[in-house]
Amino acid sequence: MDASPRLTIDLDGLGFDAGAHLLVTHVLGQVAAGERVRVVGTDPHLRLHLTAWCRSEGHDLDGDLVRKGTARADRWRDAVRAGAPRVPSPSADPAWGLAARGALVEDHGPPLARADLVDRDAVWADIVPKLYAQAAAGQWDPDAAIDWTAGEWLPDEVEDAVVQVMTYLIENEQAALAVPAAHIARIHPHFREVIAFLATQVADEARHVEVFTRRALLHREALGTSSAGGRASLQTLLEEPDFTMASLMLSVLGEGTFLDLLTFLERYAPDAVTRRVAQLVRTDEARHVAFGQAHLEHRVAVEPDLRPRVRLAIERRHDALRQSAGLNADVRDALALLAAGAFTTHAISAGWQRVQELERTMHDGRRRRLGRLGFSHEEADELSALHTRNFM
Amino acid sequence: MAVDLRLGAVAYDPKVVTIWDGFREWFRANGLVMDYVLYSNYEHQVQELLAGRIDVAWNSPLAWLLARRLASAAGVCLSVPAMRDTDRDLTSIVVVRADAGISSVADLRDRVVATGAVDSPQGTLLPLDLLREQGVDPNCDALVRRFDVGVGLHGDHVGGERAAARALVTGEADAACMLAANHLVFTHDGTLPARSTTVLAETAPFDHCNMTVNESLAGPKAIGRFTELLLSMDYADGRVRPLLDLEGLKRWLPGRLDHYDALERAVDHAHFWDSDGRVAAADHRS
Repeated sequence: MDASPRLTIDLDGLGFDAGAHLLVTHVLGQVAAGERVRVVGTDPHLRLHLTAWCRSEGHDLDGDLVRKGTARADRWRDAVRAGAPRVPSPSADPAWGLAARGALVEDHGPPLARADLVDRDAVWADIVPKLYAQAAAGQWDPDAAIDWTAGEWLPDEVEDAVVQVMTYLIENEQAALAVPAAHIARIHPHFREVIAFLATQVADEARHVEVFTRRALLHREALGTSSAGGRASLQTLLEEPDFTMASLMLSVLGEGTFLDLLTFLERYAPDAVTRRVAQLVRTDEARHVAFGQAHLEHRVAVEPDLRPRVRLAIERRHDALRQSAGLNADVRDALALLAAGAFTTHAISAGWQRVQELERTMHDGRRRRLGRLGFSHEEADELSALHTRNFM
Repeated sequence: MAVDLRLGAVAYDPKVVTIWDGFREWFRANGLVMDYVLYSNYEHQVQELLAGRIDVAWNSPLAWLLARRLASAAGVCLSVPAMRDTDRDLTSIVVVRADAGISSVADLRDRVVATGAVDSPQGTLLPLDLLREQGVDPNCDALVRRFDVGVGLHGDHVGGERAAARALVTGEADAACMLAANHLVFTHDGTLPARSTTVLAETAPFDHCNMTVNESLAGPKAIGRFTELLLSMDYADGRVRPLLDLEGLKRWLPGRLDHYDALERAVDHAHFWDSDGRVAAADHRS
């Protein structure tokens, strides 16, 4: 027996009921397993508690000599790092579970079976940390950002048109909230930047639902209509199981199309509140489109064979919606009325043309974004034309 | 599937299912087809061991003594191949409030002593026998306030000791009996305010649970393999470490039989069992 240990811990009056184990653990960390350390002190329960603590930690105790056990080293013998903390690995191990990226992970924990998106390329875009930072800094408070008292009284038909457009926007944003929310839990937390960004996207959409609802109810107690065809279009977004294809449909094509719609409202909405709401929402939506576009471009870059699948997904959705009516006719009429600004033949004609111009602008935008995925001008034109007539 | 060995365990907590499901899988992965049977109390488990319906019983110290007595009467041979590292050299203590002015066991005469369940070796039988040894007979010199939580579980349920500790804090009792290690647990979880208590007396070291084998049943090969595998469990092995953590040990050690004498004496002094091994202590229900 080593009667003269190299180290002695004098706990003075500190007891195990007040954190003495921290000091003992600290000193034991400086010696090898099997080596002895003397523990002395004046706490009346020291021997009692030291005995109990040593037993629970797997150390031997002989008088005031603690012989360091191997339990702690044994616990971490087969532990692995969950990748590197700053940069995501190409693939995440389900066995890392919910551990922080870069953490030392005890082996044989429960695998994260729900998170089936474990490959970086399946969810990634290099721009995502930057977009998340922008999103975190750009969150706005509906009470502070919008002067709700600035809502001037409009003629009944015009107010009805605004309420109809808001009603349509709400159901679209509810779909845009549900899609990323459904995918977040499927993404391995190793890719935390993507999850963080999608979480801001969900929060954005929740805020959009709120402000569209508040605008609709500013002067009314009832909302407008919700068409079966519009909802059918939105539900196909929720049914797309593949994260990349869902990003394509929702963000690149759907929200991309919405950017033009929101610009249209900023320009033609008859009241300051609606114009302000459209402006704020468009800023958020632009981030969502940027992520979706960047992710698709990343995916196509590492997997050129993806393009036929993109085409197939667009065609499949088009086929699924072939029998549906597309955009709610009440919405189209409301947009035309807002763009008309007056009930004259000349104004109505101009408003109708502006809606047609809007649809051309939307088509051009989709073609441009598809072109950046490597589709030829003709292919992009064809695929854009297959996009839902519901806009999203 | 033919089973090489059946083990009995007492279901004192839902985690017992997790523990033995896990161990069963591990044993099977290592070539020993074992299964387990859960009992609601140790007395039943011991009867089943003696009747040959299980080969091994994961026994409390009191259950071990009962098994030994019954086996001796029946001419059955038992062995104890293993116990946890944490089963060795435990002590129990009698605690008083630091400001109570009680400085010796003799001061507990005519006072209220709180204990765990009637059949708890560490929370009742051993500390009360310590008082008896030191001149205060719990049957007549002091008033014992027993907290019968989980009777039949032999003190595996810590609730009785915790209730005794609470009674000490509230003043319902003048002293409380508990496992020495639980003094630290109760201090950490706030049951006992820090620095509020003094240890009045402590028992000599005793051993706790063990694996009790009915040698006349399981083939020697199965028992040998069971023991070999049990003792080989490695805390560094992530497959068994969570189970060892749940069961409260770092490693299994060979069983030893020379640290149960104090409990044997305590049981006799308390007339805990009648001559047939039935529990004779007053108010016992399991």
